[in-house]
Amino acid sequence: MPQHTVASFDQDLKKLSGLVIDMGKLVGTQLNHTLSAMRKHDVTVAESVIGGDARIDAQCAEIESLVVSFIAKRQPVAIDLREIISTLKISTDLERAGDLAKSTAKRLVTIGGDAKLSGVAASFSTLGERVEEQLANVMTAYANRDDKLALEVWAGDVDIDMLHTSLFRELLTYMMEDPRHIGYCAHLMFCAKNLERIGDHATNIAESVHYIITGQLISVERPKGQSDSGI
Amino acid sequence: MNDLSVAKSVMNAVPVSLPEKISIRDLKFYYGSNLALKGITLPLYANHVTAFIGPSGCGKSTLLRVLNRMYDLYPGQRAEGQVLLDGANVLDPGLDLNLLRARVGMVFQKPTPFPMTIYENIAFGVRLYESLSKSDMDQRVQSSLERAALWPEVKDKLQANGLSLSGGQQQRLCIARTVAIKPEVILFDEPCSALDPISTAKIEELIEELKTDYTIAIVTHNMQQASRVSDYTAFMYLGELVEFGETTATFTAPRQSRTQDYITGRFG
Repeated sequence: MPQHTVASFDQDLKKLSGLVIDMGKLVGTQLNHTLSAMRKHDVTVAESVIGGDARIDAQCAEIESLVVSFIAKRQPVAIDLREIISTLKISTDLERAGDLAKSTAKRLVTIGGDAKLSGVAASFSTLGERVEEQLANVMTAYANRDDKLALEVWAGDVDIDMLHTSLFRELLTYMMEDPRHIGYCAHLMFCAKNLERIGDHATNIAESVHYIITGQLISVERPKGQSDSGI
Repeated sequence: MNDLSVAKSVMNAVPVSLPEKISIRDLKFYYGSNLALKGITLPLYANHVTAFIGPSGCGKSTLLRVLNRMYDLYPGQRAEGQVLLDGANVLDPGLDLNLLRARVGMVFQKPTPFPMTIYENIAFGVRLYESLSKSDMDQRVQSSLERAALWPEVKDKLQANGLSLSGGQQQRLCIARTVAIKPEVILFDEPCSALDPISTAKIEELIEELKTDYTIAIVTHNMQQASRVSDYTAFMYLGELVEFGETTATFTAPRQSRTQDYITGRFG
């Protein structure tokens, strides 16, 4: 694309894009630490995730304020308009994803360092890795304006839905086997749901990236994983 | 859209069937030997606002001036092709130009009130086409000034000179003058370029209201104005129509990279 006649216009857009990419990395790190805390039953790491969320919120607030002033000053149209509106949406999705990582970390602190039910650890690990991968890929798609990759992420959420459903059933089984597991497993169900929701935010971001690049909204229904558990 | 309408490649989200008040078909325009419009095909939909945008020299004002044959005032300028107003070609040499300009009115970039009273500014044109009684003419003057949102400001000074009004008021007086002879189409050639933001807002509000009764075409260099006031946008470049479509589509997802480069300020 040719450069904007006003150089500071392009600079502002570049700055915003850079902030979104940085925010994506922050959320990725938070998610990674949450999964690590889960794997190692490490309450200290979980607490650091809870404390780290403020940085993501601050980054989101900075992006919002820059977007508002950009619109006021520059009245963007066409690709610039799509870019700026999507910036706002993507930063909101990332902020929510950060909140979900924090919420998961809080539950990990609540259930403490018990190593009960090591059986579900592998399933959590698989789900977590897939969510991390989706988030990383969608941020790469954003950074490189890669529509193909964005659409892959969008379609790939079905795996997460299925992994979540399967984990849900697994936890249900443990609860039925021994009522003493109910409290612990209930927390883990919320953790699993949080991870699944982070995956949903990744697909929202994929939709925004597709809109930036093509100007089209994805109008078809996203494929959903099996969800007979009603979750 | 019929088969002679805009070529598919330049269309962006154009509805299938809206009545065309004016159908421009393969219009070529020459300033002497210089080809200024290179075969423009474009509809002006009835009761809608169409904006012509593009860099200076792209032919948008030329196109506007063809629609009511203003170019006839200048020797050496000629048009080829068709401009159908309700199906009749306005380029027909036998056409009564006064009658055409009564049907297709025009408001110019700079306000051009006549050096006469506010009342006479309106009545003068009406008398060329109609013979009204004093009370009917009073009524026509009032309704035209009301239509142009100027009545409250001038009702107590109708005998004041039109040139004594502010720029924004003068422009609305010109719009009242245009409306007074009951045209079917109104052409605006950068009507707000000499006005402050409040006067501009009033004219834009007026254009929105006027489209219920008239078909409107507007040339503007102000992209925000084009996006605000128009339903359809035609982007022209070097005498060619690059893209035509619904304004919302043009300003959110233009089909042509040249349109995008121009409206986002990345041109050339």
